[in-house]
Amino acid sequence: MSGVRLLVGTRKGAFILTSDKKRKKWKVSGPHFAGWEIYHMNGSAVNPNRLYASQSSGWFGQIIQRSDDGGETWEPVGNQFAYEGTPGTHMWYDGTQHPWEFKRVWLLAPSLTEADTVYAGVEDAAMFKSTDGGQTWHELAGLREVKGNLWQPGAGGMCLHTIVQDSNNPKRMFIAISAAGAFRTEDGGVSWAPINNGLNSPFELPDAEAEVGHCVHNIAMHPSRPNVLFMQKHWDVMRSEDAGGSWHEVSGDLPSDFGFPIAVHAHEPETIYVVPIKSDSEHFPPDGKLRVYRSRTGGNDWEALTKGLPQEDCYVNILRSAMAVDTLDSCGIYFGTTGGQVYVSSDSGDSWMPIVSNLPAVLSVEVQTLK
Amino acid sequence: MIRVVLPYHLQNLARTGREVEISVEGEPTIRSVVEALERTYPMLRGTIRDQVTGQRRDFVRFFACGQDWSLEPWETSIPAAVLEGREPFRVVGAMSGG
Repeated sequence: MSGVRLLVGTRKGAFILTSDKKRKKWKVSGPHFAGWEIYHMNGSAVNPNRLYASQSSGWFGQIIQRSDDGGETWEPVGNQFAYEGTPGTHMWYDGTQHPWEFKRVWLLAPSLTEADTVYAGVEDAAMFKSTDGGQTWHELAGLREVKGNLWQPGAGGMCLHTIVQDSNNPKRMFIAISAAGAFRTEDGGVSWAPINNGLNSPFELPDAEAEVGHCVHNIAMHPSRPNVLFMQKHWDVMRSEDAGGSWHEVSGDLPSDFGFPIAVHAHEPETIYVVPIKSDSEHFPPDGKLRVYRSRTGGNDWEALTKGLPQEDCYVNILRSAMAVDTLDSCGIYFGTTGGQVYVSSDSGDSWMPIVSNLPAVLSVEVQTLK
Repeated sequence: MIRVVLPYHLQNLARTGREVEISVEGEPTIRSVVEALERTYPMLRGTIRDQVTGQRRDFVRFFACGQDWSLEPWETSIPAAVLEGREPFRVVGAMSGG
């Protein structure tokens, strides 16, 4: 099949949406794993028909599902996520230390180069790796050695929610944790360094030099420029020119610099997208208008993209993993909402249309561009 | 053979009907029933009890012969009626969550 395959995780199941390159007519498959929370689905770049899904519930815990036929059939694989050694403790809301406890898998990131390797970002925050297609998992425990005792949960839990792999260097990865911050590895995950210099949250984190404790919401990178990173922080849209060594703010003229996802155009490394949300107290778009903002200058100068999006009485949220970009010649942008809509733009954001309008709350959206 | 009734979501996960039959090795206790269930249906590992701590999940309960066995020690022997197949051992997803 030539076209795109959208992998949509929701509060009550998984959905697979497929279309040809025009992205006008869509086929909807699902719900898969009906009734379960699907925090994330993702496909392998090496073997696009290999998909993974993180399936969980408050009753029955964590399941990992794998498909080797593009989502036609699924099989449960390994679901034992045991922290390495004695798990230790991290900071709790009241400032005391609290034991590390596995809760769920937030994110699955298949390796860009190894067909059987996949990474998992979990809550309580840690990173796991499987080299056998998800059958067994082991923790990359060096991450929690970076002042893990000072990490503290955000409102959504202490989750490792973002994994960015450098396609030019498989040993280099970037991850983000709420509310610990961003971290980088140069050795495939054995050792990690915090990359939070320049992040500023004066009221929540008065120590501007704090290495950890930052509420990073999402990070994006264009594969052609692996040293340039873009970040949506709790407040502030940030940019780094040196692989996270330092950050500077590029929120510019956004109506709000609070938000969750951030994405980079597939063919224009300086074109980035965010969806401003009114505030951390009111998780919906400013003025009830659902607007994606695009910067063609790598930040600071932003334009509102509204054509086809509701411009009155819209009070949905767009979660951090719910935006994706395809690699077709005319770049497609996708996002899902907590109101159950999934929108597509097949012209780099100039115009939008809903693919579906009444799914359960959308937790994540990934897209595969199929040759 | 011991009859076990599974909750809806675990039926789907195990791709079975509402009730399954399992063979228990050794002393028939709550633990050996759950172990036999996990051995017969490996995809259920981690769904009834945590794989690391071994603790029953908070919202999973065990019922048999009209009684709640959830808080009994894992080594508690199961009732004769369950052992003889006259009554099922029920794994129940607790009513909670609104």
